[in-house]
Amino acid sequence: MAIKDKLSGNEAIAVAMRQIDPDVVAAFPITPSTEVPQYFSQFVANGQVHTEFVAVESEHSAMSACIGAEAAGARTMTATSSQGLALMWEMLYIAASLRLPIVMSVINRALSGPINIHNDHSDSMGARDSGWIQLYCENNQEAYDNLIQAIRIAEHKDVQLPVMVCYDGFITSHAVENIELIEDEKVKEFIGEYKPQYSLLDRDNPISMGPLDMPAFYFEHKRAQAEAMKNAKRVILEVAQEFEKLTGRKYGYFEEYKMEDAEVGIVIMNSTAGTAKFVVNELRKQGIKAGLIKLRVFRPFPFEELGKALSHLKAVAIMDKAESFSTAGGPLFTEVRSAMFDYAKDTKAVSYIYGLGGRDVRPDEIMGVYKDLLEIARTGQVKSTFNYLGVRE
Amino acid sequence: MAYNLKTLTEKEERITGGHRMCAGCGAPIVVRTVLRALKPEDHAVIGVATGCLEVSTCLYPYTAWKDSFIHSAFENAAATVSGAEAAYRALAKVGKVKGTTKFIAFGGDGGTYDIGFQALSGAMERGHDMVYVCYDNEAYMNTGIQRSSSTPKYADTTTSPAGSEIPGKVQFKKDLTMIMAAHNIPYVAQTAPFRNLKDLYEKAEKALYTPGPAFLNVLAPCPRGWRYNTPQLMEIVRLAIETCVWPLYEVIEGKFILNYKPKNKLPVVEYLKPQGRFRHLFTKENEGLLDEIQKEVDRRWNRLLELCGEA
Repeated sequence: MAIKDKLSGNEAIAVAMRQIDPDVVAAFPITPSTEVPQYFSQFVANGQVHTEFVAVESEHSAMSACIGAEAAGARTMTATSSQGLALMWEMLYIAASLRLPIVMSVINRALSGPINIHNDHSDSMGARDSGWIQLYCENNQEAYDNLIQAIRIAEHKDVQLPVMVCYDGFITSHAVENIELIEDEKVKEFIGEYKPQYSLLDRDNPISMGPLDMPAFYFEHKRAQAEAMKNAKRVILEVAQEFEKLTGRKYGYFEEYKMEDAEVGIVIMNSTAGTAKFVVNELRKQGIKAGLIKLRVFRPFPFEELGKALSHLKAVAIMDKAESFSTAGGPLFTEVRSAMFDYAKDTKAVSYIYGLGGRDVRPDEIMGVYKDLLEIARTGQVKSTFNYLGVRE
Repeated sequence: MAYNLKTLTEKEERITGGHRMCAGCGAPIVVRTVLRALKPEDHAVIGVATGCLEVSTCLYPYTAWKDSFIHSAFENAAATVSGAEAAYRALAKVGKVKGTTKFIAFGGDGGTYDIGFQALSGAMERGHDMVYVCYDNEAYMNTGIQRSSSTPKYADTTTSPAGSEIPGKVQFKKDLTMIMAAHNIPYVAQTAPFRNLKDLYEKAEKALYTPGPAFLNVLAPCPRGWRYNTPQLMEIVRLAIETCVWPLYEVIEGKFILNYKPKNKLPVVEYLKPQGRFRHLFTKENEGLLDEIQKEVDRRWNRLLELCGEA
């Protein structure tokens, strides 16, 4: 029987980590992710896990220690936010290219400057090309579920890539919500024992990792890494199916909300999807065929699936909680629209950048986005492709 | 057992020949000697910071390392190895490791005194059972001889060039061994591949088999950067020690021990003269600079004698 509880996102993640009982956790405090290593170190202090907790002196060393630990065959986890992720930057690429299945919670927070501790997605969006799998979560339940699935995805022999589980700072990390936890033994059984193919501690088979790689081989190694990311697409669905059998909770690349007969829709990630669903319900009451897609898997990007899912819409708004400064829309917009070029050519697409630095996003503002879409659908004309929502101009 | 280089070299080498380090480079001698101090039955996990040693010993698809080796980046050898050591402790708790594994990080002075300093300090403070070995060649040699905080005063490097107005690097060398001693870790030593390598070997052995963190600062001359004739390597090291530019000492549980006191302390010019990086100092107008160097060497030496109770 599932355990019903009330937990904040960070508490839920710490509980998942206790149930996973990783060999090593190396972490450094940064708001709003601090609570994760904080709660977890209490589990260590109380002997509830066998984990070696390494309280490093920076996030750069956190990821470096995670790399050393995972390379030594330890199941390894960490958590960070914003500047912490930025400081890890160099090591994110190395973790992925060494094919180390580290699992990290990224509690999304705006990047400096100016310094701001509140939520947007500029941190993890900036790491989108680092070679990590990225899973995004609407609420504490999804954060918990995704973290457990992340272990299986990362460690799968056809994948062997690190995974970021991203959820919104404060909104999800600190708000207490109802949650259904899985029993400890069932989590243990689901994730299984970690048996790395190679390990620095395998004294009978010593290996060298991280060589200098010249033009004769580097490209092939990058190509192999890209293939692993391709394999992750299959594995993510396989793990989700098993997870559904265990919990009854269904996961895919994205969640389609009232999309079947929708004429207008938005593509959005993380907690704002909750607010947007409320707006969709309101519009539906008025007989307006509004829908929503909440993206869960941003890396690997579900190019074909997402493109096809938007093909029957007249107009779609792609909502970015990050500015890419390309002057051509946020990162989610450019990728979704690229997919639409092949699979949803007749659907009009517009970009909205919203909620930067934790700016509150109200239902009436999202309602405004749908109204814009309805106007586009009616006239077939896009007046403004690149838009900002809720900012003083 | 008394130290015997001949007998010890009969132990199986843990770094193979065929690596691409330069002739006359100090670093491979340092590495071979440190690894020779491992018990043959012990396995080692060796982390190396980006630098000459790393790019010359592990070039895909080859490796010169017989133990387990990892390189991840420049500034984090200490952090990377600390993670592997934590993994060892965690996996030992659940009976998943066999035998004894020792953890060693190697970094040049760039990766140790400068960019890797924070990671080094953190790993030592946390108490990981590991040895950090700095092979100190006193500049960023891998990128082409740029000054580091370890570069001695007035050395000519490509980013502290001796010019008509500025005679090379204007700052004195950072005293990293003292800084590491201030971490109050179980074992800190300053050493060099001196004479028959006894000092280096014995300190490596102590560092490896003293539980907890240990730090070795090892002078490792670079023929390219220091501009000496390659066969002169061991002579350059000897002069560094006989002039007290690079004293041999160790700090055990906070106690300073001087390991070598020259019978006749040589003037520092004896050490500077064979090195091209100091050539510009041997002109009439730069005489005062040589005096300045001598004064600082004496000051640091006298301070060390005091700390060692030898004053």
